[in-house]
Amino acid sequence: MNINWKWDMFFEAFPYILQGIWVTVGLTFACFLFALLFGFVWVFLRRIKFKPVNWLVTWVMEFIRSTPPLIQLFFIYYAWPMIPGIGVSLTSFESAILGLGIHFSTYIGEVYRSGIEGVDKGQWEASTALNFSTRQKWTKIILPQAIPPTIPMLGNYLIIMFKEVPLASTIGVVGILALAQTYGTDNFRMLESYTIVALIFLLLSYPSAILINKLEKKLNRRFDKKAAIQENKGAVV
Amino acid sequence: MVDSVKEKNSSGSYSSNTGPIVEYKNVHKSFGDVEVLKGLDLDIYPGEKVALIGPSGSGKTTIIRMLMTLEQPTSGEIIVDGKNLWHMEKNGKLIPANEKHLREVRGEIGMVFQHFNLFPHMTILQNCMTAPIQVQKEDKESAKRRSIEMLEKVGLGDKLDNYPSQLSGGQKQRVAMARALVMRPKIMLFDEVTSALDPELVGEVLEVIRDIAEEGEMAMVLVTHEMDFALEVADRVIFLDDGVIAEEGTPSEVLEESDNERLQQFLYRFRS
Repeated sequence: MNINWKWDMFFEAFPYILQGIWVTVGLTFACFLFALLFGFVWVFLRRIKFKPVNWLVTWVMEFIRSTPPLIQLFFIYYAWPMIPGIGVSLTSFESAILGLGIHFSTYIGEVYRSGIEGVDKGQWEASTALNFSTRQKWTKIILPQAIPPTIPMLGNYLIIMFKEVPLASTIGVVGILALAQTYGTDNFRMLESYTIVALIFLLLSYPSAILINKLEKKLNRRFDKKAAIQENKGAVV
Repeated sequence: MVDSVKEKNSSGSYSSNTGPIVEYKNVHKSFGDVEVLKGLDLDIYPGEKVALIGPSGSGKTTIIRMLMTLEQPTSGEIIVDGKNLWHMEKNGKLIPANEKHLREVRGEIGMVFQHFNLFPHMTILQNCMTAPIQVQKEDKESAKRRSIEMLEKVGLGDKLDNYPSQLSGGQKQRVAMARALVMRPKIMLFDEVTSALDPELVGEVLEVIRDIAEEGEMAMVLVTHEMDFALEVADRVIFLDDGVIAEEGTPSEVLEESDNERLQQFLYRFRS
């Protein structure tokens, strides 16, 4: 059995498909940034103690997480503009940022929450005793301690989002996947085209994953030191 | 003892305010079904040093935590320097205090905790100077200068740029005291500040408290298990038992002369 693989076509296709990398990577970071910011919105909405609001927020988050991001993209891009009154027509790139950004912000919000809950309650008490305002407590005391330990988890979400971004090709964002589709159909070279896409993703995801792993180890070492000190303190009690 | 306090106040050496700086009026506090404080009445005068002793669960820590606004009383009033702490007036009615009101009143109070609660992401110096700059809007240079002076006073002038994780427990607690003191509170609360320390580190912390106490102008409330220390530093010792003040008086009256049975039982453990 002969595999129909042409190296000359592979090398012709590679630079063509690679042009899409800026859109793919750009969209990834745009979505990530949106999710990082919007994640805080969930954190603070969830802290509202008023029951109906709390219930609504939890339910909306659950809804966003349990519907496929692809459906959310289609809804934002195709369906939303059709709603009279509140419909807004967005470009495919904007729709992708909004759709994937909001979808992943619900996960990132949970990451933040775990970080915030990891801050010792004594830190809140000390900042009350020093009479910091609510805003200062968050910005000066709590978040600077809550966020650094979550960096590896956030990094993992960055890689996961990178791998979900090709979904945006379905609403017309021209990243590497869309270019591969074009090249493949125009030249009847599906095998080379999609191999190239897979290769590009591998070449970017794998080193990033290693980097994040290293970062995690480094951070863990820092926190282990602290944990050891905490333990010593506990042993005395 | 109470007479001598009044004398100090009328002579005006401590404050123009001749009345108490803190008044607890029939304060109750329950956690769920458990009532930890059963109608506390207590006045603390400017500059007075009060030691709170008693078995665990007697409510002594709750007393100072309510003053620091870390716990809300179930009922009753706490008056700080003439201002109602947990209530504010609106249209002639008393309503529960909001955060703004709490911030106004608790600015006069400082607290040192059993577990130090230093900010681990800040250096020792930053731990001390952040609140004066952010909360009291003091200019950076003067806050820094005063923080360094204060840290030198507690013997940590050479650790300014270290992080809390690099210090011993005793050093951490001295930083915590410096951090509270740069805010220039009128009332300082000490919540079992030596009980998380190795025995050999207790001395250095007590020494600093003794120095602060000798300066005199600040009222101090110490929740402590160091009976000898209470005897030495306090103007007044209060023995709490089962949510009420069971005995109160000068240190020698309470620790040496009282025949309160519960107090004797309690003290027995420390005299073995």
